[in-house]
Amino acid sequence: MALLVVEDLHKRYGKEEVLKGVSFTLERGETKVIIGPSGTGKSTLLRCINRLTEPDRGRIWLNGEEVTSRRTNIYRIRAQIGFVFQDFNLFTHLTALDNVRLGLIRVKRMDKRAATERAKRELERVGLADKANAYPAQLSGGQQQRVSIARALAMDPKLILFDEPTSALDPELIGEVLQVMIELAEGGMTMLVVTHEMGFARSVADEIIFMEKGVIVEQGPPEVLFTNPRVPRTAEFLRKITEFYGESG
Amino acid sequence: MELIFKWEWLPELGRGLVLTVELTAACISMGAVLGLFLAIARLYARGPIYWLASAYVQFFRGTPLLVQLFMIHFGLAGWGIRLSPLFSGIIAMGLNTAAYQAEYFRGAIQAVKRGQTLAALSLGMTRWQTIRHVILPQALRLVLPSWSNELVYMLKYTSIVYLIGLPDLMGMGRTIASDNFRFFEVYAVVALIYLALVLIITFALRSVEARIRVPGLGTAR
Repeated sequence: MALLVVEDLHKRYGKEEVLKGVSFTLERGETKVIIGPSGTGKSTLLRCINRLTEPDRGRIWLNGEEVTSRRTNIYRIRAQIGFVFQDFNLFTHLTALDNVRLGLIRVKRMDKRAATERAKRELERVGLADKANAYPAQLSGGQQQRVSIARALAMDPKLILFDEPTSALDPELIGEVLQVMIELAEGGMTMLVVTHEMGFARSVADEIIFMEKGVIVEQGPPEVLFTNPRVPRTAEFLRKITEFYGESG
Repeated sequence: MELIFKWEWLPELGRGLVLTVELTAACISMGAVLGLFLAIARLYARGPIYWLASAYVQFFRGTPLLVQLFMIHFGLAGWGIRLSPLFSGIIAMGLNTAAYQAEYFRGAIQAVKRGQTLAALSLGMTRWQTIRHVILPQALRLVLPSWSNELVYMLKYTSIVYLIGLPDLMGMGRTIASDNFRFFEVYAVVALIYLALVLIITFALRSVEARIRVPGLGTAR
């Protein structure tokens, strides 16, 4: 069985149906990138996977365990799924080190010394060992996002969800975050990434999922989607977004 | 008209001052604990708990403190529940300030960005852990300025307890003045002592604010 299985996911906000039956799987070590126009349910989909948003219908399995089951301890599931937000959401009142440590101490119940060591290692991994004592407000956007990735990594997640991790960043800061993500993908981390960075999608993704209006229009390896998509709408979207954002990523 | 001050007033006023400080400390801490739970109930609870907490806040903010104090001290006595003046005073003012503090806490908790909660939950923290380790440390820093106002306000408002016979700073002043008829001078001294206390508290809390300040949280002064 795949690490993550999503089956017929539905979500509606009032009158608007944001997800209209989304299904896909994610294998261990795989990186999938979700692309598509804004407001087509990509973020909602990610939030449904760890039930930050409750889906209306459909089922999700992580590592064979049903996430959507009422009997499942959702806190234990969430601890196994990293989440990287568009606007970082670092804890404002904590230093970079404490941001990474909090989950280790409170959720994983690690003792303080072990947690500190682990947190330092993760900060080092994202190149921010020297910023351990800085508060989020004292860091650039790119640095904040790298801390938030370290915070996710420290929990030893089975899977990390990235919700437009570079969309809130100044262009010159995007590269440092993408670099960390590329290293993770190459290191075998399982990742599901919502992004408009086509360069990243093309070079890193094992598979690309094109979503529009709450459904998956097409999915496949980047070579196929970028050069020879089955659906005309995919080609149109890719042409537009590549013109707008450029290839380089 | 000459002004007359006597050093011999001071020991008695001093005893009154001690009672005022004790009364303020007791009711403000009772109000803080109760107010925090009320705020959390108003923000996170649904159904009866939410309604009870809201009705509580509306009642205590919507009626005069003096009426509340008399209801508790004289009113309950009519039902056979006799409370000592000190106990009545602490209860009435504690219940009253809890309602105001609840509103300050509520505002501060709401001022903490929604993304903070999402991030905490995504790590696997429970709702209570999220409140305890992420929301409250930020909200308490944000609430401190308005909380300081409430403390100063309560300190002054404890003076109404002389009406139920407590010898607080105000009550002692009244006793001394009724003996020697030096109303202006005695109350002037009482006023100055209140003022000194208010200034000390204000400066102390400001230094606490400065010590726990974190970049990016709240406004720089």
